[in-house]
Amino acid sequence: MENETLKIQNLTKIYKSGLLRSKETIGVNNASFTLYSGEILSLVGESGSGKSTIANLILRFIQPTEGKIFYEGNEIQEIPTIDYYKNVQGIFQDPYSSFNYFYRIDHMLKQAFKYTLKGITNRRKALESTLSIVGLNTEDILGRFPHQISGGQLQRVLIARALLFKPKLLIADEPTSMIDSSSRADILNLFKELKEGTTYTEGISIIFITHDIGQAQYISDRVLIMKEGRIVEEGETEDVFLNPDHPYTKNLLACVPSIYRKWEFDEE
Amino acid sequence: MTEQVIKIEDLKGYYRGSFGVVHAVDGVSLSVNKGDIMGIAGESGCGKTSLAELITGRPIQLLHHEGGQVYINDLSIYEVDEEVIRKEILCKVLGYVPQASLNSLNPVKRIRAFILDAMRERVGTKAKNKQKVLDRVVEHFKKLGLEESVIDKYPHELSGGMKQRVVVGISSLWNPLILLVDEPTSALDVTTQQLLIETLMHLKKTGIVETILFISHDIPTLAQICSVCIIMYAGKIVEQASMDDIINNPQHPYTKMLINSIACFNPDGSAETRLEGIPGRPPDLKNPPKGCRFYPRCPSRLEKCKENYPPFFTSRTNSNPVACWLHEEVSH
Repeated sequence: MENETLKIQNLTKIYKSGLLRSKETIGVNNASFTLYSGEILSLVGESGSGKSTIANLILRFIQPTEGKIFYEGNEIQEIPTIDYYKNVQGIFQDPYSSFNYFYRIDHMLKQAFKYTLKGITNRRKALESTLSIVGLNTEDILGRFPHQISGGQLQRVLIARALLFKPKLLIADEPTSMIDSSSRADILNLFKELKEGTTYTEGISIIFITHDIGQAQYISDRVLIMKEGRIVEEGETEDVFLNPDHPYTKNLLACVPSIYRKWEFDEE
Repeated sequence: MTEQVIKIEDLKGYYRGSFGVVHAVDGVSLSVNKGDIMGIAGESGCGKTSLAELITGRPIQLLHHEGGQVYINDLSIYEVDEEVIRKEILCKVLGYVPQASLNSLNPVKRIRAFILDAMRERVGTKAKNKQKVLDRVVEHFKKLGLEESVIDKYPHELSGGMKQRVVVGISSLWNPLILLVDEPTSALDVTTQQLLIETLMHLKKTGIVETILFISHDIPTLAQICSVCIIMYAGKIVEQASMDDIINNPQHPYTKMLINSIACFNPDGSAETRLEGIPGRPPDLKNPPKGCRFYPRCPSRLEKCKENYPPFFTSRTNSNPVACWLHEEVSH
């Protein structure tokens, strides 16, 4: 029996806006799913479907309106902050805005040692080994400024930053959507390797959030299809993408541009 | 004999500013035949948008035309007055939908006001003429499957896909021969993206627009509508071929690697083949290398590639033009 890394039960998030006439927007509507250890689970949906809200809830950036999230059996609100973030780390869409452009890249990486990783003594070695996991040379990165390296490399530095903590769960929220396809493939392959485990890390479970169905098909073991805050379909990647059940999934898949087929246009 | 609607000869456009000189478009030659839907693909920073700006004859600030010619219907647009471009070319011959133009709709005015403002050049300010234009707009929007009520709405009341279709509708209002669209689908979800592409196909089928130039970094999207495609790398065209050849039989090493790096949805099976990224990064266009611009990243480079930029050769296998020394022998 596989271990449940993350279990989400009846999660609901309602955003409220406005002071006098408050307006409610449902971000996530009664979502439940489980992530097993050592798998990549993709959350797929169009914009506004609640994918990122789930990521923010898991990363404790926002509080759920209802429902519970359990990490390895414990409710996440009850885990001490440092312990939680040692195990669960996030990677986000925009690598460019995660850096302070006045400082060298080292600065951002070394901040990790300030609080959570205080105990590590050989910091240089820790940095070198994590940078090599993500396929970067230490000389190419350390001592440079963010504008001197490409977006794909910046994103890999951010993945390295997350890996410094030796996490067991990565929440990757659209990590490749601002990156050119020539470096995107490398990052997707990196996630696959991290799942399998490398010489430095054990296998990591990953929640991969994307709107790009091609990427989800390439990378994931299981997928969740989301629509308007609800999970409409869940299953093994092949089952969902080759034999979709839900009409929304069918419609969505029919709209995806692919080099393997051409759309039929009405002759009128 | 097919008619060439756009002909570009050795076009050069550089950005000049305090940052130096960026050779964004550096010697592009291209001809577009009447009736084609041509895709222009490449990674960010390869000069797709700069090329589009140069084709319009009035490039954006900092981008300067540095040489070469653009002929639109045999009219050399860098030799005529700006007045002629504005009154005779834009809208009537060439409709241009710039990148992210869906955000250019005025948020505090109705679509109706925006259209009248945009069309003031053509219709003046007389109330009678205004009504004529609006009637035309309504009729035109109906053809595109947009509801009449759209013109009385504010931009925030429309979804992203609707806004993009409105912008395309406005650009094609005067039945331009050529429509130049720059990344129209990049900000859209897949379902709305399909609607927009249907709109473009509809424009072509009904004869409102004859030729479409479609700029996108997303090759699967281009594959849905384009008949021909050019691939750009670092300010130059590296390959021109039919869309099918680009996908199934690419010739230039860059095109091959680019196609191999796309995580594309396969409706018939799992994507088992491992994707390969392209190592390295594009050259700095402030200091473009002397030889082939793909040289540092190319797996099958030759010694001469370092010093000499390859001209177009006829590809060995499918006789498409390819700018690569590997195809040299065949042309002799």
